Amino acid sequence: MKQITVISGKGGTGKTVITASFAALAKDKVMADCDVDASDLHLLLHPRIKETHQFKGGMKAILNEEKCTDCGKCIEVCRFDAIREKKEQGSKVKGAEGQGIVIIDSVACEGCQVCALVCPVEAIQMEENVSGEWYISETKYGPMVHAKLGIAEENSGKLVTEVRKNAKKIAGKNDLELILVDGPPGIGCPVIASITGVDLVVIVTEPTFSAISDLERVLSLTQHFKIQSTVLINKYDINLENTKKVEDFCRQEDIEMVGKLPFDNTFTQAMVEGKTIIEYGDSNLVKEIENLWQRISTRIRK
Amino acid sequence: MIISIASGKGGTGKTTVATNLALFLSGEKSQNIQFLDCDVEEPNAHIFLKPQIEKSQPVSLLIPSVDRKKCTFCGECAKVCAYNAIVVLKKEVLTFPELCHGCGGCSLLCPEKAISENERKIGELEEGKTGSIRFVHGRLNIGEPMATPVIRAVKKTIRRDDITIIDVPPGTSCPVIEAINHSDFCLLVTEPTPFGLHDLKLAVELLKKLEIKHGVLINRAGIGDDKVKDYCEKEGVPIMAQIPYDREVSVLYSRGIPMWTSGEHYRKIFRKLWESIESKVCE
Repeated sequence: MKQITVISGKGGTGKTVITASFAALAKDKVMADCDVDASDLHLLLHPRIKETHQFKGGMKAILNEEKCTDCGKCIEVCRFDAIREKKEQGSKVKGAEGQGIVIIDSVACEGCQVCALVCPVEAIQMEENVSGEWYISETKYGPMVHAKLGIAEENSGKLVTEVRKNAKKIAGKNDLELILVDGPPGIGCPVIASITGVDLVVIVTEPTFSAISDLERVLSLTQHFKIQSTVLINKYDINLENTKKVEDFCRQEDIEMVGKLPFDNTFTQAMVEGKTIIEYGDSNLVKEIENLWQRISTRIRK
Repeated sequence: MIISIASGKGGTGKTTVATNLALFLSGEKSQNIQFLDCDVEEPNAHIFLKPQIEKSQPVSLLIPSVDRKKCTFCGECAKVCAYNAIVVLKKEVLTFPELCHGCGGCSLLCPEKAISENERKIGELEEGKTGSIRFVHGRLNIGEPMATPVIRAVKKTIRRDDITIIDVPPGTSCPVIEAINHSDFCLLVTEPTPFGLHDLKLAVELLKKLEIKHGVLINRAGIGDDKVKDYCEKEGVPIMAQIPYDREVSVLYSRGIPMWTSGEHYRKIFRKLWESIESKVCE
């Protein structure tokens, strides 16, 4: 079983549209959408949800105001500015629990439980927090595991790990040879959780200064974790000079490039119709994406 | 006044709008502006604002250091730690710095006072100037999972009396909340496509939950469809401005040139945008 993750560093480079097209081309695979806080892959693959599971991402401190004596010990020990005195001016606490003088801001709470442990009257309880859902679905291109992180919730890295674990189970059970992962933007915890242990990371970039700067950081990340990576330049013709810079940079870093795609309105048009580019069908672009996928799948079999 | 610029979906033009708004305000309104780039995983505003960095300092988390001589291997610290960042074996204590959130629980509650805390650098904070704009950004070190402490450090530099423009990272989870929280207004930059709309809805839900005033800027107007507009009208989310799609802007952007400089019609857009933001904040 092989695993490929498509990421981009910078958002909006065309990562998800390209992943969906690869999903239409790849054989015997399961898809995993690991961009759990703003997932879009389902808008092109239209999964029919077969199973829904709750995701419990961590703990939250809950105050029992009747027991609370307002001693302020919890405020002293909290390092996440999640506990405040209500009378404090200008501290409009959001998602506040209780009406006492001490307020716990559940959005800022990181669930460390130190407040609950130091409270002399046991007025703070730690409660498991349901912070999202994950799904096992069926698409016309095969099974898909995806998720939705609840609004203003944390622990997206753990949810990514849950999605990948279940995609792996499905691949094992059905004897599928590939897991195709759509990853999130950035370089933080959900990205790290999306790329650890995969066989190849495909980085989709574009020839803009911002994207190049992000590419350099995301490549340092894959190198830091010693994960094989390859680069795909989308919209290469909006700035040929920068495209050359990316190519030179990859050569210098000894990164084999998978290829490039031109700027093409088909990306938006196919998205508006909720189709992958392969289904939408523009013969030139389809052929180019087929070539890219051919190269990636040959490389992964090496 | 704190104005944050966010988007849900990445690549919609958040940084473009944030930097241009800051340049507009310092140029035409001669206001005291500070610009905070809170996208510490992939900071890019400096590419457009080209600040002179005057000060740089590390951002650190406090992680435990166990004094083996005092430790009795009682296991209390491991019980306290909600992140499994400290494990006690028979004759050994192991710490996992990447998992540590720096809550201080282990050192506070160790019965033998055997745990002290050391700083572990996870990123960098840089401050400088671009013209009259005070510029601050953070940079998360490669391989570090937690962006929020770096964002927190960037936000600690806010001067309440100035106008603060915050460039927020994409998405809707913890780094976004840390960056947006306590703003007076949040401008959501989107594009008129199904992806843009889907992620905009998530962002609007988030802002409602945080009780922060918000409005939408439709970038690349003309591509895609009308569903973002329909949604905003139906939900009563104000559309603050629209920037028509122009390939020329993409080309300028690819070279790091602000849209601001490419014609009077763009200046007009930002002038109107600021008027609508000001009136919304005062509502």
